[in-house]
This record gives sequence, structure tokens and C-alpha cells, in this order.
Amino acid sequence: MNTFDKVVALIAERRDLDTSTMKPETTFDDLKLDSLDKAELVMTLEETFGITIDTAEQMKTIGDVVALVEQS
Amino acid sequence: MGFAIIGTGSALPSKTISNEQLSTFLDTSNEWIESRTGILERRVCTTETLTDLCAQAATAALKQAGLTPQDLDLIICASITGDTIIPSQACMIQSALGTNCPALDINTACTGFIYALDIAAGYYARERVKHVLIVAAEAMSRIVDWTDRSICVLFGDGAGAAVLGPGDDLLSIKISARGDDKALFLEGHVGNSPFSAFRPINPFVSMDGQEVFKFAVGSLVQDLRDVIAQANLQMEEITYVLPHQANMRIIKAAIPRLGLAPQKFLTNIARLGNISAASIPILLDESSREGRFHPGDILALSAFGGGLTSGACVFRWGLPHSE
Repeated sequence: MNTFDKVVALIAERRDLDTSTMKPETTFDDLKLDSLDKAELVMTLEETFGITIDTAEQMKTIGDVVALVEQS
Repeated sequence: MGFAIIGTGSALPSKTISNEQLSTFLDTSNEWIESRTGILERRVCTTETLTDLCAQAATAALKQAGLTPQDLDLIICASITGDTIIPSQACMIQSALGTNCPALDINTACTGFIYALDIAAGYYARERVKHVLIVAAEAMSRIVDWTDRSICVLFGDGAGAAVLGPGDDLLSIKISARGDDKALFLEGHVGNSPFSAFRPINPFVSMDGQEVFKFAVGSLVQDLRDVIAQANLQMEEITYVLPHQANMRIIKAAIPRLGLAPQKFLTNIARLGNISAASIPILLDESSREGRFHPGDILALSAFGGGLTSGACVFRWGLPHSE
């Protein structure tokens, strides 16, 4: 599974969302995810990928998340 | 270890404020508050002082323990919103109860009850006490900005108490701190010294929601794992978890990470909001009096809050089942 698919799976699993509509341009607002969902996603990403994410503020789209994970 | 909990008590102010009532003067809604926090309503002080609530909770706990105030050897009060700075809130409680044992306040914000249990354990280890009263109480309504919809909707007022006696029911305990004045902040008294470089800025609690959320979930999970291991127990042996009631989303994020059944997590946040240090002892008392606990039940408490502080403990419940 590539990073994009893994990230989408993690987002969908916690919030029971439909992954088929998720694209790199999909924003957190599109998914109706709020700041606490974002904070929890950062925790899950850090736990799953064994990384530290400092710049979570810049995460607006799924594409941003994938880029941050790949950089770390 | 050292003690048993031989009585619990709690007291709430009479006025209830619903999310709908908040929406009449704040740009918010029941839907927003409930989905973000799990809170539907909270209690707020009107004519009650914190000392009133503390004395009420303490009296109920003493009655259940079969003791009088004169049987107490120590009073510890955990609060950040005492009626007075001098005397301490613990001294005010001591005076209200009409006794004369040593009394002290502690400030570890929402982790107050756990830190107080740890301090009491030390007194028992030194064989300095037989009966200790712990009261954790807050009037959060005093320190939140009621024009700021992001903060005031989260909190409520109340007091919880526990009376400790000789015993060996505390199985493990952990406390920690990590100094951080950005995540959760409430400035102290600045005064009007003409020589001071500082001026009062903001008399209300401020919070970085995301940072606190991550700290809270992380602590809740790790501290519970640590104290359960320290007690030589398996996760499944825990009968109930009593987490600090800061936000339902924190508890929901912790549940899958801990791998415990959701029904094991007790909550009262929907009715009472976040009452800081008082949340856990109020939950303990309410759960006990509604007949939830049986002797031998293993309870795990976990709290986290301003400081940043966190703490957790595991203890065996010893009181008879309430009908």
C-alpha cells in the first residue's frame, strides 16, 4: 500500500468514512473533520509511522498529510 | 499500599445551564457543543460558595465512613478556584467542619485528586495519619471568560470528597509534570506595585485545544498502561476506568488505544462538563451511590491537566455495594 492509501485508510477507519471519494485535494472541511480530529490524526500518524510531525498547522488537504508523512 | 477509601461524597450547585441557554448569548449551538465535546449541560454556582460545596461533600463522605470531623488527621484540598487564597480552601473546609487538624491546598489543576491520593499515601507510609479527608473542588465558572464560546462551554462547578482510612487498597499510583505555560494558562495575581514591570493581562483560562488534546490522550493511555503494569495486573482485570472528564473526544480516542471495552469507561461529562480536579471524585461518588461498584472491583483513575500534569492510580474498591 502506498502512503496515500495508508493515510486514507487511517482517516476513514477512525471516523467511519467512505474512502472512494478521497483524493489528494480533499480538505479536512470537505470531510467535516474538525481541529480535534486533526490532532487525533496526527497522533495516529505518529504512532503508525513512528515519526514526529511538527508542522500539523499546514495540513489542509489529504495531499498535505501524505507529503508531511513522506518527509518525516 | 497504605490506605482504603472508606467514604465518598459530592456536591453540585443547584443551577443547571444547558447548551441551548448558552446559545442565547454566545454564538454557539447545542449541536456544535455536543458533537465537539459530548457536553449537554453543566452546573454553575450562583449563591453557593466553594466552601459550601466542599463542606457538603466532605460531610457526606464522613457520614459514609462513620466518622466525625474530629476523627480527621489531615485535610488536603485540590483546587485552583478557592474562595480565598488566604486562608487556604482546606483551612476554610476545616473551619466549616469545626475541626482542628492540619490542612493544606494543592494546585495540580485537573490532576488534583490523583496527586492528593499520592500525597496521602506518603503520610500513611510515615504512619502520621489514620484518617485523611481529600476534597477536590472547583468553581470553574469564576475563571472562564463567559464571552468566549470556545472556553466557557467546556466547564462546570462542583466538589468531590473522599475519606481515607487504614487499609491496603491502593495498588499503584503515578504522577508526573511537564512545565508548559502555553498549552493551558491562567495568570496569577499581579497587583498594583508601582515598581513592577508587569501588568494584569487576562484573568481567564486560555488553552491550546489541539496541544491539550494530544497531551491528554497520550497521558490517559500511557499512564493507565503504566499503573496497571505497576499493579501487576492485566488490562482485562480492570473493572472500571474513571478518566478525567475533560472532553468525550479524548476518552473516545483513548478507548481503542487501550483496547478496553467502552462500557468500562465511566463518564458524567454530558451532565456536568469539565470540573477540573473535582471531576473524578464526583464521578466516583455518583457511581458508588448508584450501586455500580462491588467490593473487590478494581478501579483505574487517570487525570491530566494544567501544569501540564498527569497522574493515574489503580485501587481496589472496598465499600459494600449500595442498593
